[in-house]
Amino acid sequence: MTPDAGAAVTPVADAAVRLERSPFERRALRSLLLTTATWAAAIVAAVPLVSVLYMLIVRGGARLSHAVFVELPPAGFEMGGGFGNAIVGTAVMVGLGAIIAIPLGVLAAVFLAELGPTSRLAQAARFATKTLTGLPSVLAGVFAYAAVVLATGTYSAPAGGLALAVLMLPTVILTAEEAIKAVPKITRDAAFGMGCTRSQVVSKVLLPTALPGILTGVMLAVARAAGETAPLLFTALFSSYWLFDGLRPQLMQPTASLAVLIYNFSGMPFDNQIELAWTASLVLVLMVLVINVLSRLLGQRRA
Amino acid sequence: MRFSAHLERSRAMLRATDRRPAADSPTVSGPPSNWDYTVDRVFRGLARTATWLVLLLLVAILWEIGSKATVGMAHHGLGVLVSTTWDVGRQQFGVLPHIWGTLYSSLLALAIGGFFGITMAIFLTQDFLPPRIAQVFRTIVELLAAIPSVVYGLWGLFVLVPAMRPVADWMFARLGWIPFFGTTLSGPGLAPASLVLAIMILPTVAAVSQDALRLVPYRVKEAAYGMGATRWEAILKVMLPAASTGIFGALVLGFGRALGETMALAMLIGNSNQITLSLFAPANTLAALLALNFPEAGPREVEVLMYAALVLLAITLVVNLLGEVIMTRSARRLAAR
Amino acid sequence: MKRWLTALVLGLCIISPSSVAQSDDALRLTGSGATFPFPLYAAWFKTFGQKHRGVTVDYQGKGSGAGIQDLINRTVDFAASDAAMTDEQMAKVPGGVQLLPMTAGEIVIGYNLPGNPKALKLPREVYASIFLGKTTKWSDAKLKAANPGVNLPDLDITVVRRADSSGTTFVFTNHLAAVSEEWAKGPGVGTTVNWPKSDKFVASPKNDGVTATVKQTPGAIGYIEYAFAKFAKVEMALLQNKAGQYVAPGGEGGPAALASVQMPPNLRAWVPDPEAPKAYPIATYTWMLFYKSNKDPKKAAALREMVDYCLTEGQKLSVQMGYIPLPDNVVGVVRKAAATIQ
Repeated sequence: MTPDAGAAVTPVADAAVRLERSPFERRALRSLLLTTATWAAAIVAAVPLVSVLYMLIVRGGARLSHAVFVELPPAGFEMGGGFGNAIVGTAVMVGLGAIIAIPLGVLAAVFLAELGPTSRLAQAARFATKTLTGLPSVLAGVFAYAAVVLATGTYSAPAGGLALAVLMLPTVILTAEEAIKAVPKITRDAAFGMGCTRSQVVSKVLLPTALPGILTGVMLAVARAAGETAPLLFTALFSSYWLFDGLRPQLMQPTASLAVLIYNFSGMPFDNQIELAWTASLVLVLMVLVINVLSRLLGQRRA
Repeated sequence: MRFSAHLERSRAMLRATDRRPAADSPTVSGPPSNWDYTVDRVFRGLARTATWLVLLLLVAILWEIGSKATVGMAHHGLGVLVSTTWDVGRQQFGVLPHIWGTLYSSLLALAIGGFFGITMAIFLTQDFLPPRIAQVFRTIVELLAAIPSVVYGLWGLFVLVPAMRPVADWMFARLGWIPFFGTTLSGPGLAPASLVLAIMILPTVAAVSQDALRLVPYRVKEAAYGMGATRWEAILKVMLPAASTGIFGALVLGFGRALGETMALAMLIGNSNQITLSLFAPANTLAALLALNFPEAGPREVEVLMYAALVLLAITLVVNLLGEVIMTRSARRLAAR
Repeated sequence: MKRWLTALVLGLCIISPSSVAQSDDALRLTGSGATFPFPLYAAWFKTFGQKHRGVTVDYQGKGSGAGIQDLINRTVDFAASDAAMTDEQMAKVPGGVQLLPMTAGEIVIGYNLPGNPKALKLPREVYASIFLGKTTKWSDAKLKAANPGVNLPDLDITVVRRADSSGTTFVFTNHLAAVSEEWAKGPGVGTTVNWPKSDKFVASPKNDGVTATVKQTPGAIGYIEYAFAKFAKVEMALLQNKAGQYVAPGGEGGPAALASVQMPPNLRAWVPDPEAPKAYPIATYTWMLFYKSNKDPKKAAALREMVDYCLTEGQKLSVQMGYIPLPDNVVGVVRKAAATIQ
């Protein structure tokens, strides 16, 4: 790295250079101003985010109670009620989406970053992934509708899972690819030097090192999928009843989800339902928080 | 050698690469065994299949959309792209206002959300805060990506629009001659929608940029300091370029989200089919058009909606390509220095 | 830890396929369609499920057109629509479709004015021209003439309409077309129409979106389903009907409007502009759509029981929730027609 263009070569006599910087020197001043500006920008950016969180916590927290987790959605003028079935439904459908999207996405990212980065297949797949990032969630729902709902003749949880997987995939691939590419070459070459096959390099060295970055992508994808309404309206519809009939899940039936519940209830003219909609939003965010914390704990590399 | 002995030897070698070797076991690694080769081939085959599946997914979606879109294109031709009337009754369709609205709102949201997101990422990773607090805020930022878009829409409607109204009225009164402030705020409009979009993509951009910045080895920054750079020179001239591909990826994800966002935008954009420069006027976007009209659309309307969807995907593609060109140009300039 | 997790995942994989092949201990009926009657239907189906053990009914409001599509694709057991069905759509349903009007509702014109004046009177030509974009200020002479005691400010009228395709828009535009020739020739009738291009026309999705926007925007006016306006406490205008009288929504105006129209044999009755002196001008039936030939006779029997319930017990809930109960003669006709659900 060359020094800044324009810095004069100081003669040896001035080598006893001041190691301190006067804050009014132009470069130092610029740095100070930028720091102040960054603080200001961070606070400005934080204000709306805090406002949203505040609204969520205040309005949602009002009805947060045990009843919300075990009762079924109320109708019309009914008081009380909860959305336990929607919580289960969201967990199941996001889980199904994750089971499809995470292995597929990470394997594809491995190929794109490590196993065949310059091949035509890789270039085409990167192009496909970037195009898919802009796919409106409605279209993911329409696609899953045509692929699963029309084929099976019923709205179902797996259809919802597929739609969510389509939405999660681009995020997982893009972030995982970046994370794997960022592993220092030295580490990679050392593993090869020890006689590992390419997949051993990937599974024993690259993936564990890139795990935090991959997890960020997975968390973002899961967070977004949990909050999407439009694709679920086309694939899983909604249900006011439990997904589990005793111990067996009834997967091939319309399934409740928190996102569709919020969509329905926030649009009804009854106060009870509107309050429950806010509580459902809060519960959704809390669920994602729990998954986030758990995955960070699991993914921490044991020293 | 018998197969079981072979297996035992390769297992021992794998164990040797796994953990620190015990004092009495051999530390020399050997070449991979047959089993290792098989696993390797299977794994590489799986990775290749996965990549093909991703490609096939796009093809399947394009097929699904394209098969109806081409019928729509045959019926209505390219005029749809430049017409401004959307009249189902008379079967006249035009998506120019929607294209305009999509580009205007998404680019504005990307500019604001991208700028603040990257700033937030720099703020949280470059030692402006004690590490523990920075970690807590980093988790909070990731969490904000989980808030359902319906909630952002409601927040925008109940908090942002009323808060913006006095500001907008003042700007219209004083600066109304500038076309950007040329109308009064009629409630939902471009400005509230773009601001809410920016807030929605901020967590995504911030989270991915955070990771990109943290992946740059600390040595690089220390080297810059060692050469006498100020804090910000180190950040702007060294860290950001090193993390540039990651940050670019963050912007791609954020922009994609902005383009495809439906629910919050449907509530806040005003859904008016007009082309206007004014930030306070209502507008319309392709994604909102799809989301709002698709459920009730008859077969002929569905064709045109699929046509619009194809246009949206084309826009994503074009802007991504442009972005990549800019990236390679600036990377080349940096490398040439 | 990893092994534990893998075992859990494998366990779930083993359990799930065995449960996909399910037993029908409980009969589950699924319906989708109009959002206009959604609150009422949700209440009906819940109490029906409680009274008839072994049958559960799920209904999701996604729009009349979406419901009709589902019916055509055979992905639901029944559907609901505010705009009935066109002959073209009916022909596409495999095995034939039976339309049954289940309830009715009113569409009100809500407004938001500073000072909250109650019971604003809107003459026929005035409200038509407001929605045509011709009358643009609240201080317009005709409005002042119809409301002598009210202080109407010199504020721009912001018209709030539906952003999504909806049966509510269909009914409202149907009425406007009957009232104003200019409307019939201009935007016309439909679930979405070509609204006048103006900055002062904003759109919001769904009834609650329009309600929220009207409540938030001073000087706004919009068309909303009665229950939403009532429970959100939006001020509702008195509309001038064909006989020249100003009628308020929510009272006897609705039943009077329905009574003025004969139910035709195909059960598709429209009330675009009722003539009765006490009738409220904008009222509509809303229909449930059933297959004439269901694949499962048990489901058909359950559907007939459901219809019976809605026509008897269910009607008692209608008024409370802001809908119009079906006139008695209509109930009789619908009951007979329900026998065709096999």
